[in-house]
Amino acid sequence: MQQDHCVIIGGSHAAAQLVSSLRLNKWEGKITIVSADAFLPYHRPPLSKSYLSGEKILDEIMIRPPTFYERSDIEVILGTRVTAVDRANKKVHLDNQTDIPYTKLVFTTGAKVRKITIPGHNLPGVFYLRDLNDVDHIREYLGHAKKAVIIGGGYIGLETAAALRSLDMDVTVLEALPRVLQRVTAPEVSAFYSRVHSEEGVKILTNAAVESIDGKYKVESVTTADGQVIPADLVVVGIGVIPDVELAEQAGLKVDNGLVVDEFARTNDHDILGAGDCTNHYNPIYDIQLRLESVQNATDQSRVAANTICGKLEPYRALPWFWSDQYDLKLQIAGLSQGFDQVVVRGSTETGRSFAAFYYKEGRLIAVDAINRPKEFMACKRALAEQKTANPEMVADESVDIQEAFQL
Amino acid sequence: MAQVTIIDPAGTSHEINVENGTSLMQAALDNGIDGIVAECGGACSCATCHCYIDAAWVGKVNEPSSIEKDMLECVIDPQDNSRLSCQVFVSDELDGLVVTLPQAQY
Repeated sequence: MQQDHCVIIGGSHAAAQLVSSLRLNKWEGKITIVSADAFLPYHRPPLSKSYLSGEKILDEIMIRPPTFYERSDIEVILGTRVTAVDRANKKVHLDNQTDIPYTKLVFTTGAKVRKITIPGHNLPGVFYLRDLNDVDHIREYLGHAKKAVIIGGGYIGLETAAALRSLDMDVTVLEALPRVLQRVTAPEVSAFYSRVHSEEGVKILTNAAVESIDGKYKVESVTTADGQVIPADLVVVGIGVIPDVELAEQAGLKVDNGLVVDEFARTNDHDILGAGDCTNHYNPIYDIQLRLESVQNATDQSRVAANTICGKLEPYRALPWFWSDQYDLKLQIAGLSQGFDQVVVRGSTETGRSFAAFYYKEGRLIAVDAINRPKEFMACKRALAEQKTANPEMVADESVDIQEAFQL
Repeated sequence: MAQVTIIDPAGTSHEINVENGTSLMQAALDNGIDGIVAECGGACSCATCHCYIDAAWVGKVNEPSSIEKDMLECVIDPQDNSRLSCQVFVSDELDGLVVTLPQAQY
């Protein structure tokens, strides 16, 4: 009989968790990770923060040390892409012209950056920020650069702005929408982040769609649609990501804003699974189909996938949560705020740097953005996971202990 | 370098050698020990690396920050000797340290 062989396409957070969980589950088959990246799985969140600012080096952001993969008997093929999946013969074809047979295949291909196509997008000095390689290139370029323009006022853009500001650069953030973080937070939270960034010396321009990136041999300025010209010798584009699912689509797997997987992380071919940013899946807590871009989803869904591969069918029902560190702000988000109709703030968004914004929909608590409020975050995360809610007046009242408000 | 004993949720003891400066969280993960989730990778953001420091060692490990203390108040089954293992760093003085992992991280 053919030996079990789990082949994993993509080598980031989800892959690292999957192989750990498979071995913890005493899976005895062969395990191979095929990764286009040149490095073993590393933590991505520090890339736009402490790795960009130079506070941390590669060794400090590895998810597991190299010895872990050796000891756990996990083969990792780096710098190599899978070019085709042959489902009929259960093998994958690599760009080095070899084939690897599989009995279980897992897509942990993640997401790739959305690119801009405006004039000047190819000029030297224009960067994206997704992989370690991207940040290494930015860091190499920093020696020549004094003025940075960040295109996109989402989390990546704002974190990058904070990291570059800590290196004493002149930083301007251009956001096409009326406020930063518009798609993910309430207006109060956006206003708070705008205030802190301006206190830290970052210029934020909203309603500022970018018309072109200009320069003769390299970036010299960025021009907005309303004609403002902002001098720049470094441009970082952070306008979102798209799931990396072309290979899955070519293999005839069901794709709909991500690789569609069931609650056990299986695709429509049950020997092929998916986990992390690349998947579109059902969340029972919110009763919606969604795709998440988060470490939490990568790790939790990978655990579910590992269980499934080992024959333990346990449905995925984790509460989404996220974090973002900028300056001295520790933002922790629990739940999904999309569709909220009421926001209750505990503390002040207008002064200081510590508050929690609780999101409600039809009277039910659905999410929290906690800034330097770890207790509120932790309490709310537990409450949401247990599908509890709390009276908005009690939550807003600082004299009421937050755990009491949630009756934890 | 210190020898540290980590007792996983199933009650199995793992004796591991840990380099100075390494967090208990990373040491547990590096050695494939079950019971630490460590979603945030050591950023003190998730409290899924909760552990209990053996009573004899509580005064010898580095002090928790106010953020860590706040988060520990809300973990499942907090005790006086609760810590987030990503914030406890190993040194020679911790040779012999014993740490127990909780039944659940969330």
